[in-house]
Amino acid sequence: MSKASQTVLNGILKENPTFVLVLGMCPTLATTTSAFNGMSMGLATLFVLVCSNVVISLLKNLIPDKVRIPSFIVVIATFVTLVQLLMQAYLPAIYNVLGLFIPLIVVNCIVLGRAEAFAAKNTVGLSALDGIGMGLGFTLALTILGAIRELLGTGAIFGWQIFPDNYGALVFVLAPGAFICLAYLMVAANKLQKNDKISK
Amino acid sequence: MVYFLIFIAAIFVNNIVLSQFLGICPFLGVSKKIDTALGMGAAVTFVLTLATVVTYLLQKLLVLGHIEFLQTILFILVIAALVQMIEIVLKKISPSLYEALGVFLPLITTNCCILGVAILVANGTAKLPAGAEPNLLTGTVFAFATALGFALALVIFAGLREQLSMNKVPKAMEGTPIALLTAGLLAMAFMGFSGVV
Repeated sequence: MSKASQTVLNGILKENPTFVLVLGMCPTLATTTSAFNGMSMGLATLFVLVCSNVVISLLKNLIPDKVRIPSFIVVIATFVTLVQLLMQAYLPAIYNVLGLFIPLIVVNCIVLGRAEAFAAKNTVGLSALDGIGMGLGFTLALTILGAIRELLGTGAIFGWQIFPDNYGALVFVLAPGAFICLAYLMVAANKLQKNDKISK
Repeated sequence: MVYFLIFIAAIFVNNIVLSQFLGICPFLGVSKKIDTALGMGAAVTFVLTLATVVTYLLQKLLVLGHIEFLQTILFILVIAALVQMIEIVLKKISPSLYEALGVFLPLITTNCCILGVAILVANGTAKLPAGAEPNLLTGTVFAFATALGFALALVIFAGLREQLSMNKVPKAMEGTPIALLTAGLLAMAFMGFSGVV
């Protein structure tokens, strides 16, 4: 497997930020009230991840070690502001739903973590691919969690009503449901990983 | 009277961790023992209250200069600088408190509840009880109460996890999954407060 596809797959499977690294929990739990919301949040984070990884990798030799973290934060904050303004202008509906969590991408542990652990030490190309991989892994996790919560809570996925709304358990769309669904999803992910390791 | 209501609302009804989902990372990471939970709670209370006051005043300047779009960048930089300053000042003024807070202070910079509450109060969109106007005083009280709610949730959770560590848990659920499940049940318990204020 080429290094490129290995880097991307790493973020989706082996080091999935939500199920394996357990990073970025705040938006994971808060924005997954439906599959679409989860997916949108994931895609916004993916955009910021890729852009900030690329820029930080480009600048890695110019940034002095002492001001490393603040400079990373400035780069990430710039792209988050970009996403904020773009979403406010062109996607106002989803901007209002995601609300506070779009500016909070700047303190998302995944973005700063990957900048520190990967982009600061690798080439631009690999950093971009790592951003894509992590972003896709994050988006996948959020979409799955959002879909399950939406299905159990309202009987629909992405708006397609699968069973009538009044058979849904509202708790899954509210706060406790987020914790509970994520707990079981992690168990499933752990089991899949273990089976993978054993079969290898 | 309205300040008392702000306290009740921020600590119980709209608990920052269990109903607003801010500050989950330290909630899951630092809650293994009650002592560390108390330390983290104290540090967050300190930083959150100060940060909210500073960023509220900063927002006034941003609005004056028509540069509100710089809110995210400037807020996070101000918070990072504030945490550094607090560390230095604390080390000089009260070394014992500095020792007690220990490693938690620098960890708070990327804590989403600090930036989250700062943005909420600065934009005037914090969930205040009816009759409370969004101004500097209500904002500060709100931030202080929110941090106390964070500390409360953290300490309760730490107590639960300490108990949990002494019991047998299915292998697949060890670690984060059982913690999340416990947090979910705790969130359900706190849902009982909804509608009180």
